[in-house]
Amino acid sequence: MEWLLPFVGPALVLGALVLSWMAGRLDRLHHRVEKASAVLDAALFHRSGTVVEIASAKILDPAASLLLLDAAHRARASTDEEREPAESDLSRALLAALADADQVRRLRADPSHGVLIEELSDACRTVELSRRFHNDVAAAARELHGRVLVRWFRLSGHAAPPRMVELDDSWPPALS
Amino acid sequence: MVCPYSLDVPGGVQNHVRDLTEQLTSLGHQVSVLAPGEEGRGLPGYVVPAGRAVPVPYNGSVARLTFGPLAAKRTRRWLREGRFDLLHIHEPSVPSVSVLALWAARGPIVGTFHTSNTRSRAMSSAAAMLRPSMEKIGGRIAVSEHARRTLVQHFGGEPVIIPNGVFVDRFAVSPAARWSAPGGTVSFLGRLDEPRKGLATLLRAVPLLVRARPRVHVYVAGRGDVDAARRLLPAEHRDDVTFLGQVDDATRSELLASSDLFVAPQTGGESFGIVLVEAMAAGAPVLASDLPAFRAVLDNGRLGSTYPVGDADALARCAANLLADDGRRLGLRDAATEAARRYDWPLLTRDIVRVYETVRRTAAGRVGEDA
Repeated sequence: MEWLLPFVGPALVLGALVLSWMAGRLDRLHHRVEKASAVLDAALFHRSGTVVEIASAKILDPAASLLLLDAAHRARASTDEEREPAESDLSRALLAALADADQVRRLRADPSHGVLIEELSDACRTVELSRRFHNDVAAAARELHGRVLVRWFRLSGHAAPPRMVELDDSWPPALS
Repeated sequence: MVCPYSLDVPGGVQNHVRDLTEQLTSLGHQVSVLAPGEEGRGLPGYVVPAGRAVPVPYNGSVARLTFGPLAAKRTRRWLREGRFDLLHIHEPSVPSVSVLALWAARGPIVGTFHTSNTRSRAMSSAAAMLRPSMEKIGGRIAVSEHARRTLVQHFGGEPVIIPNGVFVDRFAVSPAARWSAPGGTVSFLGRLDEPRKGLATLLRAVPLLVRARPRVHVYVAGRGDVDAARRLLPAEHRDDVTFLGQVDDATRSELLASSDLFVAPQTGGESFGIVLVEAMAAGAPVLASDLPAFRAVLDNGRLGSTYPVGDADALARCAANLLADDGRRLGLRDAATEAARRYDWPLLTRDIVRVYETVRRTAAGRVGEDA
């Protein structure tokens, strides 16, 4: 077995290099998940803000306005655990309130309200993109988390694998 | 932007890169495209050549790709000197400048995936190797549902779909009398000598079609050996088909606009079917082989007819029926022209720019070199 001795050092060095490389990858992914999560939060906040503006602008009927206002406020006031259902509810409220394609078309063409509707359309798309891109990074991080080496050597420290964000971000077809 | 294939040969990815660059530039963005090629080869001004493209077998056909130490060095220099706000890599898993750029870069990166690969064993082993660099992409776009599925299969996640585009306005031309035929005008676009474009199927269908519609005329536009293609036709039918060779864009639009039927007999290897969208935008009723990519563009028959892949008899029958049924043909045409609008570049570019903005928010700073 003595012939093995000269190889032990290099093997350990190589192993350490691989491990530190993986730890670095994991660390970078975690940072990006955090960043992406912040971007998603900002996008959601912007969307609910725009909804509040539209609901307060008296351009929809009072019932629809109230419905939107309620959903938007609930989404904005939600705690972390309530966030996803509350934001999904807001998507559904939008779907219901802006279901009439003709009405949306008229509002869009209106010089004073058109801007708001465009902003909402933009905000809805940005929410979708932010969620997808967040989940892309989160999925990559989770995959790495699950690797044997990462688990055995606790490369992730105490960090839990990032969560996937599950929320309904579909928007009224009339907005596209 | 990075394009893995040489821009002096036509192709789906190249056209996408060229059109998107054109549209972004017209919106006031500055675009630099890294692609295979050499200096002074008549490439567009926005192209930075990464070195000679070498023909190598890849993904079941021969592709012209660029790789090696020189290309890697040029890629790094381009990244360093460009000081880009965003890097958009097309086909980030194609072993050409795309892989090199993704390997060497960090910062805000967007990737667009065009390929849908059904034979995926080779891809699966490549996926493991590519994973660490794929992780650097902040926003992933797939051009079709098919491409999205391939991507998710190999790398997971939730890519967004933004389809391939056409400049719809350029196809909105009036029909010209010179293409009209009493029995109806049928057109085909595509390389003559590439078997998967399916010209052979169409030519086999000609005798049967002419029997059903005696004064029909078929126009075939595309590069390749015309004499060899003509020999596939029985002698008595050689006057029923006109081979136009390669045509310019204006002629192409005019031919499509004047066609009573556009036939897409492709037998495979199509991941998108942009050629159908062009025909739809020009107002040519479409009859296509029922490849998954085509069915998706045609919305399962709502925007055009399909027939079983490679079946010349079925093609002839469907074509004859459609030519005889003006109501159905015009119905398809109207639905298709309307649907083609969503592939208009100005519209798609807006979606792509929104992706750029979202990715730039998640990755602070500019594109740089990865250590």
